[in-house]
Amino acid sequence: MSGANVAFGVLAAVMAVSAIRVVTTKNVVHAALYLVLVLAGVAGIFILLAAEFLAIVQILVYIGAIVVLFLFGIMLTRAPIGRAPDLDNDQRAIGAVVAMFLFGVLGWILYDGFGDTQLQLRDVGRSGDVGASIFSTFVVPFEVISVLLLAALVGAVVIARRD
Amino acid sequence: MLALSYPVETAIKMGAVLAVIPVGALILVYVFLFKMMSHMQSRLGPMEAGFHGTLQPVVEGVKFLQKEDLIPNGADRRIFALAPLVVIIATFLIYAVIPAGPDLVISNLDVGVFYALAVGSLSVLGVLMAGWASANKYSLLGSLRAAGQLIAYELPLVLAVVGVVIQAGTMSLSGIVEAQAEGEIFGFGGIGNPYILTQFIGFALFVVSSQAELTQAPFDMPIAESELVAGYMTEYSGFRFLFFFIGEFATAFALSAIAATLFLGGWYFPGLGTDGALANLAGPIVLMGKIMLMAFFIFWMRFTYPRLREDQLQTFAWKWLIPISLVNIAVTGVLKVAF
Repeated sequence: MSGANVAFGVLAAVMAVSAIRVVTTKNVVHAALYLVLVLAGVAGIFILLAAEFLAIVQILVYIGAIVVLFLFGIMLTRAPIGRAPDLDNDQRAIGAVVAMFLFGVLGWILYDGFGDTQLQLRDVGRSGDVGASIFSTFVVPFEVISVLLLAALVGAVVIARRD
Repeated sequence: MLALSYPVETAIKMGAVLAVIPVGALILVYVFLFKMMSHMQSRLGPMEAGFHGTLQPVVEGVKFLQKEDLIPNGADRRIFALAPLVVIIATFLIYAVIPAGPDLVISNLDVGVFYALAVGSLSVLGVLMAGWASANKYSLLGSLRAAGQLIAYELPLVLAVVGVVIQAGTMSLSGIVEAQAEGEIFGFGGIGNPYILTQFIGFALFVVSSQAELTQAPFDMPIAESELVAGYMTEYSGFRFLFFFIGEFATAFALSAIAATLFLGGWYFPGLGTDGALANLAGPIVLMGKIMLMAFFIFWMRFTYPRLREDQLQTFAWKWLIPISLVNIAVTGVLKVAF
């Protein structure tokens, strides 16, 4: 068993436990902080996959911005210390169905894309190569996402304006 | 370069960072917070402990260590205890990519400067945790202000760096230093091309934003003592407060080092070459000199300007700094292609 396998096992265990705690903990702020552990685990797995750039993006965007925004929103509105009794609802069945569906789709995509190919991850992906492939091979999806984000931005401005 | 086994090399690197962080922070505390501020206000500052009070920072550190470690009754104890650690670890991680010489770098990452800004942004998590877990309205308000401010000023900080990255053609901090050392000013290569000359707008944006990231005056709304006692640090005492305090000055040291590397040429000094023993020996000293220059500038602003109002602070970031940095990126990109 190689070092990478051990590291993957540890990361996967931490992520699985934290992910369960995100939904079972009785405190919203704790849930958001467990989410940080899950997302940091994802960054760790990106490093194991030799995707350094993606790992840093994961930290900057998901932990540094999105979770911070979550916490900011929670604390600005209502975040009592201690256990909150009203954090559960009666949609567990629907949640389970959606989760199983998502698991199936993602699993199928992975199987369909890679099958049982063994990936050789010897070279760290250079950020220059990432940039070059975004602006050549994947330029259309990239532009589509840019327009989508712009639309979201405009929408946010429209909702936030009071006049 | 010496051939060391991986564990030995890693241990040396860890030791180096563990030594640099408190020493760098204490030097900034003594030189700027104690002495420069005092002399600017026509007073002497600490004079008793050691020659001209040089041992004062150590004495202060010992004082904090023997104070009682208080945790408020209503606090969330685990998160309260964890928050200062998050802040100090985020600072610790920045140091991994700062080069002090051609071979003197913990890890020359391909995404160096991007990494430094990403891990630096983690400290806001610790600030939010501290403010919330303290079960104190002043703390919570302080941490919310801090989060709003850090989110707003992180954008111009990152965008200011993009201009340098475009010009150097790499995100590696060692690569950026070499690009400056090998650069030429209109065909004259004697002193390299420190990017403060071509990226002075980026430099100004970086200095202002790092001032805000450090939550120092004139951007010290999160810890405004006349309104919020001490903001998110209100309930902290003893060594936990010391962690926040060292974290603040160690971050100032790290951001000065990054600014010195990006805009002033880092460890490179004209005439000393870009590799070999001489550059490796002189590198840390040259870098330290440039760090002190940057830190002097940052603390000079801190002791000079009064505090901004919260809405002025947000307007300044979103309506001025971010648009200017976007224009800077566009112009740099066009000029890069043109020349």
